Amino acid sequence: MSERDEQNKPNPEQDLNAQNLPGQRGEQGEEIRVQRGMFGANNGGDTTGYGGLVRSVRLPGAASRPYGGWFDEVADELEGALEEQDLLPENAIEKTVVDRGEITFHIAREHLLRVARTLRDDPALRFELCTGVSGVHYPADKGRELHAVYHLRSITHNRLIRLEVSAPDDDPHVPSLVSVYPTNDWHERETYDFFGLIFDGHPALTRIMMPDDWQGFPQRKDYPLGGIAVEYKGAQIPAPDQRRSYS
Amino acid sequence: MTTQSASARETTEGTVYTVTGGDWDEVVEAAAKADDERLVVNMGPQHPSTHGVLRLILEIDGETVTEARCGIGYLHTGIEKNLEFRTWTQGTTFVTRMDYLTPFFNETAYCLAVEKLLGIEDQVPDRASIIRVMLMELNRLSSHLVAIATGGMELGATTIMIYGFRDRELILDLYELITGLRMNHAYIRPGGLAQDLPPGAVDQVREFVKTMRKNLPQYDKLATGNPIFKARMQDVGYLDLAGCMALGATGPILRSAGLPHDLRKAQPYCGYESYDFEIPTSDTCDSYGRFLIRLEEMRQSLNIVEQCLDRLEPGPVMVADKKIAWPAQLALGPDGLGNSLDHIKKIMGTSMEALIHHFKLVTEGFRVPAGQAYAAVESPKGELGAHVVSDGGTRPFRVHFRDPSFTNLQSMAAMCEGGQVADVIVAVASIDPVMGGVDR
Repeated sequence: MSERDEQNKPNPEQDLNAQNLPGQRGEQGEEIRVQRGMFGANNGGDTTGYGGLVRSVRLPGAASRPYGGWFDEVADELEGALEEQDLLPENAIEKTVVDRGEITFHIAREHLLRVARTLRDDPALRFELCTGVSGVHYPADKGRELHAVYHLRSITHNRLIRLEVSAPDDDPHVPSLVSVYPTNDWHERETYDFFGLIFDGHPALTRIMMPDDWQGFPQRKDYPLGGIAVEYKGAQIPAPDQRRSYS
Repeated sequence: MTTQSASARETTEGTVYTVTGGDWDEVVEAAAKADDERLVVNMGPQHPSTHGVLRLILEIDGETVTEARCGIGYLHTGIEKNLEFRTWTQGTTFVTRMDYLTPFFNETAYCLAVEKLLGIEDQVPDRASIIRVMLMELNRLSSHLVAIATGGMELGATTIMIYGFRDRELILDLYELITGLRMNHAYIRPGGLAQDLPPGAVDQVREFVKTMRKNLPQYDKLATGNPIFKARMQDVGYLDLAGCMALGATGPILRSAGLPHDLRKAQPYCGYESYDFEIPTSDTCDSYGRFLIRLEEMRQSLNIVEQCLDRLEPGPVMVADKKIAWPAQLALGPDGLGNSLDHIKKIMGTSMEALIHHFKLVTEGFRVPAGQAYAAVESPKGELGAHVVSDGGTRPFRVHFRDPSFTNLQSMAAMCEGGQVADVIVAVASIDPVMGGVDR
């Protein structure tokens, strides 16, 4: 760990592990889960004494300047380019997270298209390759349940950044990036298919993996895996989603 | 907004749609009345020339393809969803089945991402990284051999098919020797490898490199200068650099447009920066250029495999941290590979703590600090990326694979429209899509 990381401490989870101590839990970052008890005994059978344990799990929080390396250069260029377009950077970029050697810009969804276009077209940024979109469903992150995560690669400058936008469950709309990165056509269809995220402006947003008449969005956390118990050597092995979970 | 589709009724099993062919007569009548030659042809999903269960929907006018679209999803197996219900280590068993022709790349991309989340990238032993590189390069050979073999077969060149599968068999034998399986290995694990190389493996790989160096020129002699082969491949499946960038095409497709972009050089992983190899390119933007690139990449891969063999030093193949390292004191028993008798004796007979540790690590797994990571490797087909999210638990919260076949297949329409029907086959073969990776 470098000195900078030590100062910022964006990730309480990681610090905890680094020192191997039950450290102070910070308030930074998004709470994605509250863990109660241990050993996954949820149905009252826990006699270990850990049953009352309450632990909040947080994702790495916003980092403060300097971000280190070329991260500052990209952030400066992006903020400058947005200002030139009369868009206040703090309105477009909700927060910037630096974690594990990767930089993530959380973008307000209404400005995503403009930010992506700037990232692609500005010669100092020039992220010409988008590696598609990956959806993540955080049911506990109220009002920001559905996330769309984009990884942009700059071949010119040999850099990789991550954009993240979020949408609430009851308004699952995110602007489509197909007009900027045509490669996102199938990727956005896939994310729609699995998460129900509607990409506004996509030329033909239909299901791609699941059958056209499928109901529901399978990769959401509230969608069951659906498995059947199997018999093995006389014992009944429960389906994977029915087994004890230690998380 | 509602659209009238098939009639539906509710049952205990869910909604059941009844699709009847009531209006077919009208459809046929309307088609007969139309006086143009326009025809929509379904190619696949079960067709010998479509690389597995790929469905091509071609609108043809005479012999010319006016519109081409892909139908995919026939091999969707929900691997990404399944991963969320298994431990981090069990994940490799799933991801290896995605693109089943490049199992070691899938495993490595996934493990690199998990290692990044754990913050143990620097602790992975050198020997493990060298063996990973060696297996990946052997895998690049076997994947390219299938691409060339099936591509040749689809042109009617069965000899090149026999050659390709003959040489791939040699590589599958090496996989079987090293991992125990010809496919679906789950050999690369978060933190290192499942086990060390078996005795004799290094000699066998060396022997293979010698054989392969002898066999590779045969492809050149058979195909490279062959006028029929060239007539079928040249200027077919054309996609220039602007098209590649817009459609996100990587791998041989991008390099056939003249850009020497290869993640092994641009963003090295597993120590690729210390190996000596070249990135072949071509400026023809066509299927023939991609074929030549694949051939040359196989030569380069052989060089890298040799460098790996020269570098192998005895040492561990798993991180030292026993909280992560899967108990891998394996030995071959009468019923297959399993924990060695010495290890069983220790945990069952002498050390209760070791038994507890073994039990917890195998059933519960290890925890990964919350956060997300993206790791990308250069698979034979292009950029293979793994986006892995952890919520601090013993199971992945979300794993998404950016499979190069999936992305590259989008360029099918751009390559085929305006061309001949017969050229569709050549263009699709030059993309080299593997439906296991496309549909996951």
